Amino acid sequence: MTKHWRTVFLVSLTFASSGCARDRGSAPTPQPTAFGATLVESSGGKQIGATGTVLAQPVVVQVNDDKGTAVAGALVEFSGSGNVTFDPAVGLTDSSGQFSTNVALGSMPGRYRLTAHTATKARKSVDLKIEEIALGYQQQVGFQLNQKYCSRCHDPESTPEQVSNYDNLEVKPHPFTEGDTLNKMSADDLTAIISHGGPALNRSALMPPYGYTLSKTDIEALISYIRLVSDPPYHPSGTAYAKR
Amino acid sequence: MSAPPLVERITEWLRRNVLASPVHRFGWASLLLLIALAVAPTKDFFNQWRHYQRQYKKFISTRSDSATLQHHFTPGIQQIWLPELAVVDRCTTCHLAVTEKTLQDASSVPEPFRSHPPVAHNVKDWGCVVCHRGQGPATEVAEAHNTTRAWEEPILPARYLESSCGQCHRAPLTGTPQLNLGRNLLGRYGCVHCHTIKLPDGSAVQPTDNPPSLSHIADKTTREWIYAWLKDPQAYAVSATMPNYKLTDADARDISAFLVANSTPVAGDSAPASGTGNKDQKAPDPTAGASLYGESFCASCHAVQNAAGNIVGGDLGPELTRIGNKAKPEWLRAWLRNPRIYDPETAMPHYRFTDPQVSLLTAYLGNKTDSDLLANVHLDAATPEQIAHGKRLTVEYGCAACHEISGIRKPDNFAPELTRIGSKPLVQISFLPGMKHSTPDYIAAKIRQPRSFGPGLKMPQYGLAPSQIDALTTALLALTDRAQDLPLVWSVPAKAPSSYQPAGKAGKLISDLACFSCHAINGRGGDMAPDLSWEGTAVQRQWLQAFLKNPGTLRPALIRRMPQFNLSESDINELTDYMMTAYQTPAFDRDSMPSNAYPPAELEQGKQLFYSKYACQACHIIDTKVDKGYVGPTLTQVGSRLNAAWIYHWLKNPQALQPGTIEPNRNMDDEDARALTAFLMTQKGSGQREAKK
Repeated sequence: MTKHWRTVFLVSLTFASSGCARDRGSAPTPQPTAFGATLVESSGGKQIGATGTVLAQPVVVQVNDDKGTAVAGALVEFSGSGNVTFDPAVGLTDSSGQFSTNVALGSMPGRYRLTAHTATKARKSVDLKIEEIALGYQQQVGFQLNQKYCSRCHDPESTPEQVSNYDNLEVKPHPFTEGDTLNKMSADDLTAIISHGGPALNRSALMPPYGYTLSKTDIEALISYIRLVSDPPYHPSGTAYAKR
Repeated sequence: MSAPPLVERITEWLRRNVLASPVHRFGWASLLLLIALAVAPTKDFFNQWRHYQRQYKKFISTRSDSATLQHHFTPGIQQIWLPELAVVDRCTTCHLAVTEKTLQDASSVPEPFRSHPPVAHNVKDWGCVVCHRGQGPATEVAEAHNTTRAWEEPILPARYLESSCGQCHRAPLTGTPQLNLGRNLLGRYGCVHCHTIKLPDGSAVQPTDNPPSLSHIADKTTREWIYAWLKDPQAYAVSATMPNYKLTDADARDISAFLVANSTPVAGDSAPASGTGNKDQKAPDPTAGASLYGESFCASCHAVQNAAGNIVGGDLGPELTRIGNKAKPEWLRAWLRNPRIYDPETAMPHYRFTDPQVSLLTAYLGNKTDSDLLANVHLDAATPEQIAHGKRLTVEYGCAACHEISGIRKPDNFAPELTRIGSKPLVQISFLPGMKHSTPDYIAAKIRQPRSFGPGLKMPQYGLAPSQIDALTTALLALTDRAQDLPLVWSVPAKAPSSYQPAGKAGKLISDLACFSCHAINGRGGDMAPDLSWEGTAVQRQWLQAFLKNPGTLRPALIRRMPQFNLSESDINELTDYMMTAYQTPAFDRDSMPSNAYPPAELEQGKQLFYSKYACQACHIIDTKVDKGYVGPTLTQVGSRLNAAWIYHWLKNPQALQPGTIEPNRNMDDEDARALTAFLMTQKGSGQREAKK
């Protein structure tokens, strides 16, 4: 009787362990062949994408040693806030010391903090924080309106496809990322300046009124977009409802 | 051995205590019944949704706005019923606070109590499943969110969420760029040549890619090029939309043999007089060819790949990076002379090139070659068997679904219809091993690698970017049963395509110059260039004549420019007459305001308004020395370009004259608009500036 139970136990243990082995085989964590000292972002940070979508550009990070030389074969792991997913989340740096991953944003609009992680030879943890922005429906509408109406003057970056008027203006518009200024303006202020133009707040008339062109929801959407991309991030100063 | 006494003992106990008398029996039976009856309420009490409602009450009690939230809270199963959409939605039973504005913060509010981010519809009116899918009537998390044996509609992943908007909205929406792109790609990549997609109104989605006819292909190119193209279209042109059929060498050889053997010469495409003698003359100057290519604004529609690998130029016509490998010089010459002879439906305008210009461009384009492309293509003369086999393959692969091929009928419903693909039941889908069983994953995988689903599948391989695959998947997921069966009042149709065709001699000219490729008129045409529906009201006759003779750009920041077609004087007059007469707005009379002779005080006031009150110089230039506005058209000559009445009405409401224009409506009063019009009408350009009184 006891012998019989022992056999059953052993068989099930074998099954269980083989199951584990198979799991590990399908997604092996690669063994690093080298270690770096620092982790730097090569590209792919501060991207803007719709909630749930894969960002247009992959996020690329580079592992360097203490002399700043790229290290190939170092282990990089990505993790993120919300339900961000990475493809792949773990891997070794390539011959140029870089590791590239495709990032799918979570399903809630907002800022997503990604962490790239590597370890030094002494097992010291090295982290790099990267931020991405997810547009919900409202911010997406705001983003599209920004592309159509606002960015021609408010975006200082000029490309052959879209020449910026920013440099031509005597009074410089505030880029929407300029949180230091824009975060101090209330939603009512922003609504007033978008609807009635700069003079509504004693600012330049070079900012025309859009209150007869854009709807109220359009303007709300724009403000919601402006709040989302602001740097430093915007924190509403209104009533704090949550008791902590 | 010890069992019988135990049974006996229990029986004895039962007999003595439970079954002792009818009263006992009745009492015990009642107790059992009560326990049985209590099972259901107990189970109900421990229901998931009650758990969440208890949690919610606990959660809101910790907040400073708990009184308000408590007031909004109704216990019990919540239900939103949309009988017209056949939707029963109980999601708000657990997602209790979808409309509570104060519960937005992701860091302090746990799910499922967070409020819904703002969208175009009120969540309380529409519920959740219309957009997010899932099983509306379910009251258990797993049943509501995932597939079960009873229900088949899982929650839609957020990355495809825009597809839900597309169930009712056929017209493009500002907030759904991915859906808009996907729908565009369905036409641009010609998916709908093979896959029928019917719309609820009975019409079908139309392709926009216009694949060339292959009936005369031997005029245009060689069998070697066809072979190389069939083997890998993107090796010839990275941006080519023709997919890769993964043909074997023999199959590509036979199809190319058939296409060449099947080709007939184009009637009327006679060998040009100057064309044959050209080879003996000295080679045309390549820099002159390049500058003619630039001056003719070929790049507005055609792209080339530059040294850095970037595709530079428009995507209306085919990429020309290696055109010298493809086009025969005789064909190129005839095409440049008049493309409409080879292809009457082409989007390419009929430039009135002179013979030397044709030679110059032919030589320039002929030099755009890649010596590697055809280096290893050596085809022996085709045998009749190969040609016959090629014809069979052409039918089998459905080439005629996209291309016109003489002698082969366009197949009907060559590939599965996709009208309701977004609601395809999971049981009807054969998934690949290891693949997640969901419709979105299936559709995306099918687009990504069609042939991975089995040997012998005919759908070719497209070189789509991941974002394009997501966009196409989104557009296809919008094709649901709900979208098809929607009551008409709920659907927001796209603008019906217009088949507007101007009449007469001018109409022929407009077709010949392919104006519709870039300009829209009365709802038909492209969006690369301005809408011309009311051009006759807007502009002055002399300006239009001069512009057609020598087009320029009105905007300092715009790269794309209208080509100059070498139009004859009579053609220009014909077009001008027609546009000035036919393309007028019914809203007001073009000549209702004078073009000159405004009082000086009004002019001065207009100038003040321009620079101070309305600060038009932010976007426009009047004085090239001072103003730098790079957004709108330059206004230095606006007084000789536009009519006064047009300027006046434009200032009053720009969107009324050109829907979607970015110039803001300033809600200008009549007096300001008149003064500004007066000032702008004095801007006649440096050459013909009128002396101000």
